[in-house]
Amino acid sequence: MRSKFDEQLALLHKELITMGSLCENAIALSAKALDEGNLTMSEEVFDFTGQINQKERDIEAMCMRLLLQQQPVAKDLRVISSALKMVTDMERIGDNSGDIAEIFTMGHITPAHNKLNIHDMALATIKMVKDSIDAFVKNDYKLAKEVIEYDDVVDRHFDQIKLQLIRCLSEPEADGEFALDLLMIAKYFERIGDHAVNIAEWVIFSITGSKEA
Amino acid sequence: MITVKDLCLWYGNTQALHHINMDIPEKAITALIGPSGCGKSTFLKTLNRMNDLIPGIRITGEVCYNEKNIFSPDVDVNMLRKEIGMVFQKPNPFPMSIYDNIAYGPRTHGITSRVKLDDIVERSLRDAAIWDEVKDRLRKNALGLSGGQQQRLCIARALAVSPDVLLMDEPTSALDPISTSKIEELAISLKEKYTIIIVTHNMQQAVRISDKVAFFLLGEMIEYNDAETIFSMPSDKRTEDYITGRFG
Repeated sequence: MRSKFDEQLALLHKELITMGSLCENAIALSAKALDEGNLTMSEEVFDFTGQINQKERDIEAMCMRLLLQQQPVAKDLRVISSALKMVTDMERIGDNSGDIAEIFTMGHITPAHNKLNIHDMALATIKMVKDSIDAFVKNDYKLAKEVIEYDDVVDRHFDQIKLQLIRCLSEPEADGEFALDLLMIAKYFERIGDHAVNIAEWVIFSITGSKEA
Repeated sequence: MITVKDLCLWYGNTQALHHINMDIPEKAITALIGPSGCGKSTFLKTLNRMNDLIPGIRITGEVCYNEKNIFSPDVDVNMLRKEIGMVFQKPNPFPMSIYDNIAYGPRTHGITSRVKLDDIVERSLRDAAIWDEVKDRLRKNALGLSGGQQQRLCIARALAVSPDVLLMDEPTSALDPISTSKIEELAISLKEKYTIIIVTHNMQQAVRISDKVAFFLLGEMIEYNDAETIFSMPSDKRTEDYITGRFG
């Protein structure tokens, strides 16, 4: 019975890794579309968000089945309950990547236009998502802690972008549509960072049994 | 309420319990878990000296009940077992009427008044959640009851002598799920008045009903903690391996 359970847990692990890499791809692609002004690329982001949503449903069903059939305790219980919570954050990361792509397709932001450091903010966010998934894959407490601390970097980027946009808007020929869209995009990246923090916290919970602030 | 200090037990040359130390809280359910042969039933039986008569047995250390060592020469074993009652794995009603099963203990302790006995029988059967099922057939033979009813009758019989502590040795392992659920509910309601120590092989049962859990392995008590802690974050890898089904 235990070996069957171990197989199911290994499969759950694999599915979470797959979902995590779909999230990384979605956010990286939306950032790249933004960088290169590539509208086709932003369409591809929506394919990823669809796949991410489906993965969330599959993993939820898998977790419910494991809870029902195996009545897990101890580490098993923590891993399965963490998985159930993590997929919600991953799904939101997918949605936020889609939101970024959607705003971009409105055409108010062009690479020439985009002189603000949204690129650096996107990279910082991608790093957080990637590291939170890696921390889960490797069961790495230290890396999960680093993700949580790195959120400050993303927050600082967000604050800088806000200040730059305020300056932009104070200029006589200010482009309000550009400024508002870019602010929304920056906010979505900032939210993605928060979801990565949540994932890292669940990784810590599955390792230690307590959720650290 | 029960404090176990450095308890060791040998069957002949074989040591069955190694230096057990634990404080068992009153009016709570403490579950003893562990693989077969780990010493949990031996430990349970030691708590009311049920294994006194086993040839070649030797015990060192102390079990203090109400601050008195139960192995002291001046302890009256009959009185000890009146205060610390026991319910066994298989229901074992006496081959007599339901009423007489319950009245048996109080009678041996000198109660003869019919009114008093009637009162004890009703109270005990009510406490064991079986009164409504048997009140119209108290004079019928107890062996005619179902397995689950027999087990609750045995619990009522244990309660009839007004114990403080109830030891239960796998009380549901011979019962169907419905009867098991009734005994579990009963155990939870009984802890308001009694201290319960239960041996169980059923992990889910331990999760559902117990406040504290002690994990035994090869005669040692490996870990003792709140049930929630044991089943969510055990501190010893052997506990984790046992409760997650990796051995045992």
